Amino acid sequence: MTDQSQLALRIRRAKQLERGFLLLAWLLLTSLAAVFVGLFAGLFQAGWERLQLDFFLTFASRHAARAGILAAWVGTFVVMTVTAAVAVPLGIAAGIYLEEYARPNRLTTLIEINIVNLAGVPSIVYGLLALGLFARLLGFGASVLTAGLTLGLLILPIVIVATREAIRTVPNAIREASYAVGATRWQTVWGQVLPAALPGTLTGVILGLSRAIGETAPIVTIGAVTFIAFLPPAPLSADFPFLSFDWVWSPFTALPIVTFDWTSRPNADFRANAAAAALTLTALTAVMNGVAAWLRYRLRRRQQWQ
Amino acid sequence: MTESVVPSNGQSANGAVNHQTLKAEARGLSFFYGEKAALREVNLPVYAYRATALIGPSGCGKSTLLRCFNRMHDLYPNHRYAGEIRLYPENINLLAPETDPIAARMRIGMVFQKPNPFPKSVFENIAYGLRLRGLRDKNEIRERVERALQDAALWDEVKDRLGDSAYALSGGQQQRLCIARALATEPELLLFDEPTSALDPLATASIEALIGRLKSQVTSLIVTHNLQQAGRVAEFTAFMYLGELVEFGPTEVVFNAPSQKRTEDYLAGRFG
Repeated sequence: MTDQSQLALRIRRAKQLERGFLLLAWLLLTSLAAVFVGLFAGLFQAGWERLQLDFFLTFASRHAARAGILAAWVGTFVVMTVTAAVAVPLGIAAGIYLEEYARPNRLTTLIEINIVNLAGVPSIVYGLLALGLFARLLGFGASVLTAGLTLGLLILPIVIVATREAIRTVPNAIREASYAVGATRWQTVWGQVLPAALPGTLTGVILGLSRAIGETAPIVTIGAVTFIAFLPPAPLSADFPFLSFDWVWSPFTALPIVTFDWTSRPNADFRANAAAAALTLTALTAVMNGVAAWLRYRLRRRQQWQ
Repeated sequence: MTESVVPSNGQSANGAVNHQTLKAEARGLSFFYGEKAALREVNLPVYAYRATALIGPSGCGKSTLLRCFNRMHDLYPNHRYAGEIRLYPENINLLAPETDPIAARMRIGMVFQKPNPFPKSVFENIAYGLRLRGLRDKNEIRERVERALQDAALWDEVKDRLGDSAYALSGGQQQRLCIARALATEPELLLFDEPTSALDPLATASIEALIGRLKSQVTSLIVTHNLQQAGRVAEFTAFMYLGELVEFGPTEVVFNAPSQKRTEDYLAGRFG
């Protein structure tokens, strides 16, 4: 009889412990959410008045009410284009190499450890590297190209790791099936493994880009300008070959830069501008993460291997 | 390695097999995972346009033997082949260093234990192998996809859903799709690795009937756990135990009058 009641007591205690843990987890999550909601509400309150069409279509100005973020969002957009052009092919190629080709030896282990460590290097260090290497040594200056290369390097580990994880989820049975019908390794990777790993890879790419889009330190370090009253040259031209890459050499500014600049000004009106720019940046990031989630959902629905 | 060797007529265990033509033959085949021998001195004839079953308890090496025929072991490190596998009529050694495993796999199809369609549409699953062989003409690809699906007795069930994901099919349909995928490439030899072990009895029956019908087109080598299945589909049966081929002969001889004690014990369910 005592055994029975002791057992009942034990069960009750175990359940209490579980309830306690759930309460703690719930409290933590709620406070986290509250912090985010609070920040967002503060930004919104401070900046919503500035979120007019004009704000997005005018350049910076010494008058807070006339200043806009045209150069900043265009700059962010072009820098992200270069970043993606650098990080996506390199990251995916490196991921494929490490998962499908590299033999497990010391060199591979060294490369793997380095990639993991690179993911943890503070972004300012990338900025210093870029200042020395791209801006000075290679003479790219404080251009869109320098910024894109820097941020591309910064998110390269994220893309590589995401690609590898995605490739690892592709069952070996699919590789064997491909080899069994006579495919080479490259045909197997290109025709079967990579398409099957696409959802995870794309998610990694987008998460990497949404990290890069908010990075301030490295592009401040390379010397991004805060005040700029022109856009980079258009990528399309009227003359043959109709494509122009002059824009990569252009000086630029970006959303985090103008936000930072406006925040540090004494004039309170500029803080409304800063809040509005920060809201724009937050919205962009949220949209990118949303797209990543949607893509993952859409693409994964088609492939439920057991 | 020696190209001049005349094809022997396989195991001498049963004289009744002499009139058959050989499609392939393992001769003195040993296989090692690292230092561990998984196959020892296996001699196995595979007769053309017949089904040969490989039976034996788990871990006896029957799947390992099967996977030597299309060099699947090459995908993984630390393997070593010794001996040879002859492919006729050219009488080439599939295991020779100068034999390209990809060229071998172009002629030798495989169906796996668990249905493993590609995560693509039904159509693309079959077209893939054709494209690997350089086919570009859309009409020709479409015709050959249809023919393969008909040969695999799947056409009527999927003809209206060729664009659907292969994973939308049932397990039995997926396995027939995998057979169609192999058939589309017109293999000379088709390897089956326990093709029905993941399927229900009805799907199993339809796959067995299919293997029976395919004998006019292709030579089959079938690993099976299921003794009745070997009895139903295979003209020849090889019994393997601990990496050795214990007995080979016409299925009814191996089943009814095995010459080896171990075969008899296994068939009687005394171990396995």
